[in-house]
Amino acid sequence: MNKIKEFVNQFGLPRIIIGLFLLLLFIIAPFVGVKVSTSINDTLVRFGMNSVLVLAMVPMIHSGCGLNFGLPFGIIAGLLGATLALECEFHGVVCFLMAILFATPFAVIFGWGYGKLLNKVKGGEMMIATYVGFSSVAFMCMMWLILPYKNPTMVWGYSGRGLRTTITTEGYFLHVLDDFLKIKIGRLVIPTGMILFFAVLAFCMWAFLHTKTGTAMTAVGSNPIFARASGINVDRIRTLSVIMSTWLGAVGILVYEQSFGFIQLYMGPFYMALPAVSAILIGGASVNKATVANVIIGTFLFQGILTMTPSVMNAAVHTDISEVVRIVVSNGMILYALTRKTEASR
Amino acid sequence: MKQQQKSSFKKFLRFLSDNTVTVLFVIICAVSIPLSGYSLTYLVSEIIVRMARDSFLIVSLLIPIMAGMGLNFGMTLGAMAAEIGLICICDWGVVGIPGIVLAAIISTPISILLGWWCGKILNLAKGREMVTSYIIGFFMNGIYQLVVLYCFGGIIPVRSSKLVLPRGYGIRNTVNLSGIRLKLDNLLAIRIGTISIPIGTFLIIAALCLFVLWFKKTKLGQDMRAVGQDMEVSRAAGIKVEHTRIISIIISTVLAGYGMIIYLQSMGTLNTYNSHTQVGMFSIAALLVGGASVSKANIRNVFLGVILFHLMFIVSPMAGKNLIGEAQLGEYFRVFVSYGVITLSLVLYELRKKRELGDEGAALAAGQKEEGK
Repeated sequence: MNKIKEFVNQFGLPRIIIGLFLLLLFIIAPFVGVKVSTSINDTLVRFGMNSVLVLAMVPMIHSGCGLNFGLPFGIIAGLLGATLALECEFHGVVCFLMAILFATPFAVIFGWGYGKLLNKVKGGEMMIATYVGFSSVAFMCMMWLILPYKNPTMVWGYSGRGLRTTITTEGYFLHVLDDFLKIKIGRLVIPTGMILFFAVLAFCMWAFLHTKTGTAMTAVGSNPIFARASGINVDRIRTLSVIMSTWLGAVGILVYEQSFGFIQLYMGPFYMALPAVSAILIGGASVNKATVANVIIGTFLFQGILTMTPSVMNAAVHTDISEVVRIVVSNGMILYALTRKTEASR
Repeated sequence: MKQQQKSSFKKFLRFLSDNTVTVLFVIICAVSIPLSGYSLTYLVSEIIVRMARDSFLIVSLLIPIMAGMGLNFGMTLGAMAAEIGLICICDWGVVGIPGIVLAAIISTPISILLGWWCGKILNLAKGREMVTSYIIGFFMNGIYQLVVLYCFGGIIPVRSSKLVLPRGYGIRNTVNLSGIRLKLDNLLAIRIGTISIPIGTFLIIAALCLFVLWFKKTKLGQDMRAVGQDMEVSRAAGIKVEHTRIISIIISTVLAGYGMIIYLQSMGTLNTYNSHTQVGMFSIAALLVGGASVSKANIRNVFLGVILFHLMFIVSPMAGKNLIGEAQLGEYFRVFVSYGVITLSLVLYELRKKRELGDEGAALAAGQKEEGK
């Protein structure tokens, strides 16, 4: 009994509830006529789409900057890369790679500035990150209107200027990762390329965290005073972690778009930080501790619930309360993480 | 002489850095008013309408700031309670002032309950109240949707078919509040030329301001200020810190609920699923524009903030249209400014906090040096 209690305490009650809920959904699914194979398929695709965005949380949590609510800032760098690649009329895999290439300088510059800002406001990072994300999205809304893009698939047809709210990636980099080495087993289609891409990035992240700089980052996150005493330049490491987070955010949105099929501009990236934040928290991360395993487990559980709830609920009770479940689960998880006593004292 | 000049220049710089946001806003307004081409009477009448509409909501933010809990992003909880009250009176067909009062009465217990819960959670997250209250707002939005979209018309009976979605349960996206529309604003309204002044609403706002001023002087108000200054010291002095903090959030939530009712009776329609999400952000931005900070705010900030913020809001679409030929640009501009203002204030607050710590340290060091001599 004590062992069970200990396990519950360690793993966190909400995580167990969410895990059991997902298991329950998978068990109910066949009885109400939902095909499990399609569900698993959808879950896999959505896992691939979102996993890099969730991975973007890891460096900042490690260096003690808290949850990266400013993810939209990185997403904007990615959007700039994507639109530039489309503007230059690249196609296929080249387009995707060029988008990453174009996005990189923006992500580095944004991340550098953002990191400098966060260094000045230690202790209040999360609230400020949220609003930096929001203001950057609102600022880019103006820019999307003004910037001199010319590609007719991207600009509004009647005025010939200002980008559309959604731009299709069809003919450019739609499904370039999804279709790479795609495996078909009956109805089950595994988007190998996308998952492989995530695996490579995740491995790099894992390897990085074991290098000297990576260890320094962990030290800064767990005890900044100790880190400074042992000769680590705390501010520099923190800035580096923010740049990494921002860049991963940029790449993450590109992976998302190539599978989703559309580039969403204007208010599109506004609330994209919250699902990523709650996914990593569901995976077992806390405000100042996160691993690559948390990313994988969290994204799978969170996206699993998002895919399963609507289909199962619809079939079982003929109402779609998936939106409510999504809001309550994701924000409830963030609240839980913010209110943990042990995690609150850093 | 030179020294004096230098010190006055320093004072000026200090004033600028303490009021950056307000000064910035005065400049934005000064530039965009002529660009928009609106007449002065139009602007004045619009501002008066919006002052009556929003001031109450913004005043509700003052008490948690006093208790050192920062900007209460959880005020949306009160707004949700108010909306539930309004949906009820629309269904029961209670109109006019009695309707408004009844909605307020219904909202009160819901607000108290939500405020108590919010306060409990914020006590678990000391030091990061703002981000937590912000997420609480999102979380409750989910519960609110569950109640309004699934329980109303199902578990909670709704008679009026105008309110319910065609599928038989859940409230429609917009609820027409024609029964109480402008009922409070038109009570005791005075017209000067083309400008109409809703004296009734202003009287209520004035009463609330007096309440806040009086409250600051009561035992509870003093306790709150002590808690806001230093929690540990207040606890040692025998103040129930947790209890005081919960009460400050409850008061704020209840007031936000009343504020939301005033706001919506002026608007005339209720966007069932959107109205409350915007309210928190706009109120907080307005308060910050008025020169408040995370730890300090007073009634002057509220009114200055409402005037400046809404002036920008009214003129920016037209100014954008006249300047670049695109009204959309102005709309995005004002969204950007609202968020930018909050960001800037939060950053400045953190910087100032650090600077003050540094100043204190320097003063202490200087004092010790003196003593050593």
